[in-house]
Amino acid sequence: MLLEAPFTEAKVRALRVGDVVEITGLLLTGRDAVHKYLHDGGTPPVDLKNSIIYHCGPVVVKEKGKWVVKAAGPTTSIREEPYQGPLMEQYGIRGVIGKGGMGPKTLAACKKVGACYFHAVGGAAQVLAQKVVRVPAVHMLEEFGSPEAIWEFEVVKFPVVVTMDSHGDSLHAKVEAASSKALDRLIR
Amino acid sequence: MDAKTLQARLLELIRRTSCEMPPDMIRAVDKAWRREKKDTTAKYAMGVMRDNIKLAATLSQPLCQDTGTIVCYVDRPDWIRERVFTTAFERAVVEATRKGYLRQNSVDSITGKNSGNNLGPGSPVIHFHETAGKAMTVRIMLKGGGSENVSTQYALPDNRLGAGRDLEGVRKCVLDAVHLAQGKGCGPGILGVCVGGDRATGYVSAKEQFFRDLDDKNEDEVLSKLEQSLLADANSLGIGPMGFGGGTTLLGVKLTARNRVPASFYVTVAYMCWAYRRNGFKISENGRVGRWLYN
Repeated sequence: MLLEAPFTEAKVRALRVGDVVEITGLLLTGRDAVHKYLHDGGTPPVDLKNSIIYHCGPVVVKEKGKWVVKAAGPTTSIREEPYQGPLMEQYGIRGVIGKGGMGPKTLAACKKVGACYFHAVGGAAQVLAQKVVRVPAVHMLEEFGSPEAIWEFEVVKFPVVVTMDSHGDSLHAKVEAASSKALDRLIR
Repeated sequence: MDAKTLQARLLELIRRTSCEMPPDMIRAVDKAWRREKKDTTAKYAMGVMRDNIKLAATLSQPLCQDTGTIVCYVDRPDWIRERVFTTAFERAVVEATRKGYLRQNSVDSITGKNSGNNLGPGSPVIHFHETAGKAMTVRIMLKGGGSENVSTQYALPDNRLGAGRDLEGVRKCVLDAVHLAQGKGCGPGILGVCVGGDRATGYVSAKEQFFRDLDDKNEDEVLSKLEQSLLADANSLGIGPMGFGGGTTLLGVKLTARNRVPASFYVTVAYMCWAYRRNGFKISENGRVGRWLYN
């Protein structure tokens, strides 16, 4: 199914765990440095209301004066677990794209604000970079360096799977629990 | 060969490693894709991986944006000095970064400043070994941070797991590591495991296993059997590609053993993501690339 900007609460609330979604609109990259900066009270250089944050440290090079995305897959999201929930609530962030899933704090925030965790296929940097049609701007490039900067990515049909929804469901919690039982059978 | 030629050969090695999946791994990913059930997110994820492998090779762009820690192993014959090789390799790394084959991936741990060219204390990592042979063998591995973060080390006995100082204890540690990693290491992964050694050599030896051919057979009968049973057990956990659930949690397990001191018994588990970037070649003194490894 499609999720197109503007990313409203109603559109995101309609999504459920397991949905394969193609996102069209603006994504903002943000990873470790950005999350810590915002959590420590730093001012966001862009409006985060109804935004989708992409946990991604891309390879971007300047060719003929334009930014060109060479590779742009997701990074591991769980490192942002301490910050993500509070930031979602504070700024009205509508979704997060990453890999590996997130924990109970983020899941609770998704439910409260009406947001989703979208899982992109980790390591699929080319498939995903192909969906970035334009890079309108970059923020905090000097302070944080290229992988940690906030890149604005205009994407078309960016492929993700909903693995945590706004109704309290998490695929990661389910797989963790089931595999934990299987492990017990193997080693106890 | 002059310094420029060596640098150009090394740049091509880095490009190929970053952009082209080795054939043994392509076969493993294809096999896993065929095995996963229709209309599942596991099959979908494996399909995206296959598309990505093709696209990266066609575009000559990195398989994964995290081009990782650059680890280089050199079997060095008499005709080249370490210093000469290191300079050529570092220049190739800078060039590869400028061309976008490598991400700017070297960060000062104290100031947080990115060096911007992948050079700095400890980057890249180069291991030299002297060889009596005529050709120089150069292998490189690009190991991403996600997979590195889920790599782990156990000291036996381990109370939490009820793991003792024997192969059964080793087995418990390895399966626990797979469970703890879930999808975070970009599975389906490949494990390099070192039984024994000290803490440092444990990790070194575990990672060196990734230079083995994925389809090889361990020469040690005991370890060979354990590799096979661990692979089957790990795949019965149901974690699946990316942790979406499914039958393919790992694509391979490679074990090695090092002697240990009586007081220590480490089990070191290195995790490599499915975007398995390692390659190598043999190169002669006149700069001719004789053979690409893993083809």
